[in-house]
Amino acid sequence: MAKTHEVVEKNIGLMSIFIIIIISFAGLAKVLPLFFQNETTQPVDGLKPHNALALEGRDIYIREGCHTCHSQMIRPFRAETERYGHYSVAGESVYEHPFLWGSKRTGPDLARVGKRYSDEWHLVHLINPRNVVPESNMPGYPWLVDNLLTGDNTGTKMKALRLVGVPYTDKDIAGAQQAVAGRSEMDALIYYLQNLGTVLAFKR
Amino acid sequence: MNEMSSFWSTWITCIVLLNIFGCLWLLWWAGRKHDNDVAEGKELKHSFDGIIVIHNAMPRWWKVMFYATIVFSLAYLALYPGLGSFKGAIGWTSIKQWEHEIEKADNRYNRIFADYAKIGIEELAKDPEAVKVGQRLFGNNCSVCHGSDAHGAIGFPNLTDTDWLYGGDPETIKSSITHGRIGNMPAMAAAIGDETAIIDVAAHVLRLSGRKGSGNAEAGKANFALCIACHGPDANGNKTLGAPNLTDNVWLHGRDEASIVATITTGKSGAMPAFRNALSEEKIHVLSAYVYSLSK
Repeated sequence: MAKTHEVVEKNIGLMSIFIIIIISFAGLAKVLPLFFQNETTQPVDGLKPHNALALEGRDIYIREGCHTCHSQMIRPFRAETERYGHYSVAGESVYEHPFLWGSKRTGPDLARVGKRYSDEWHLVHLINPRNVVPESNMPGYPWLVDNLLTGDNTGTKMKALRLVGVPYTDKDIAGAQQAVAGRSEMDALIYYLQNLGTVLAFKR
Repeated sequence: MNEMSSFWSTWITCIVLLNIFGCLWLLWWAGRKHDNDVAEGKELKHSFDGIIVIHNAMPRWWKVMFYATIVFSLAYLALYPGLGSFKGAIGWTSIKQWEHEIEKADNRYNRIFADYAKIGIEELAKDPEAVKVGQRLFGNNCSVCHGSDAHGAIGFPNLTDTDWLYGGDPETIKSSITHGRIGNMPAMAAAIGDETAIIDVAAHVLRLSGRKGSGNAEAGKANFALCIACHGPDANGNKTLGAPNLTDNVWLHGRDEASIVATITTGKSGAMPAFRNALSEEKIHVLSAYVYSLSK
């Protein structure tokens, strides 16, 4: 026993190789097969990639760190579906790079916030949440109203996403800049939020 | 429809079982008697950097726990899905569990809601139990805009007063919740004229509820003719259009002169979302009773 033990303990290269083999088992069994399942690679019926404005809105969502307090993942428990709507399915996330599922809910889940409130509500709420929800501890984002989008990089972003499988057409990419230039970041963010999770519906 | 191919099923099964039995083998191998074994409590001959290793057997409780986890994992994989496409002996899925939860709740609550649905809204608003149920629905679905106390906010109507844009009778409340409402006040700047003219109209509007603006109310009165199509000749509003009464000193979009001038200049649009696709008819019925109970 002592001998064999010693070989691994005193040879760091060999030990690294053994460690890599052992820890890769979990990924090989749990992650790798998901890249080849219809359930995780095929979009649900009616799912469309984010258009230019929604894509910019999504990047603002990431930039402002919305995903650190809001999840986008409704788990299949009654308590969640009663409050948020249909549980999330993998096929809704196939065009998401990266996923914004999140792991912490300081604020409510946003997976199906789309069309739930009016655009005006989102505007008031994002400028100062306490104007509509006095007990809210969410920060305000008033500068989004003044920041205007140029759209300089929108087409490039779409091209990059196309490389990883989001089906943008050449026409989408060519028209991207025009679609967002001059719109405020607030417009883009609200537009993105209003499109979240509207593909699947469930009567609470 | 989303069946896993047999290749991936085999792949996952092999790796998982290899792992479990590999652990079992390792445990047996490390604990067996070795030819060159050193007596327990004695030093093993492989020191490194002055660190020595003493031969101690693995504690029994630890070994028992290790074997127990292996037994647990095999039992778990036999009962629940985990080995590729094998569905597990009891056929559990998270969706089935969710459906079961929903079914259980439906069996319990649908009867209650069905009973409530048979009672008229006016009558139901007097039932404290029903009002409590309605309050819960309100908290989850309406409070974000109208406030948890239903007092509203600027741009979002107070539901506890007796002033109603579209009407406060039970059926109208129900219809507002079911189908939603789109309110639209057009921008009037182009029709009225320059800023002074608008401030004059605002002065007239303020005068309607007994206040005084900085403009000339008499001059504004002439231009108010442009407003009567929706707000009515007496400025009492029009519930069919959702045009507010301007004489009652209830101000949805702000009561100060600057807010009124801004509303006239750029217009306002308000939207109450429709709930017919989100809530069942019975729940909307109970919710209507709660909202109706608020304004009395």
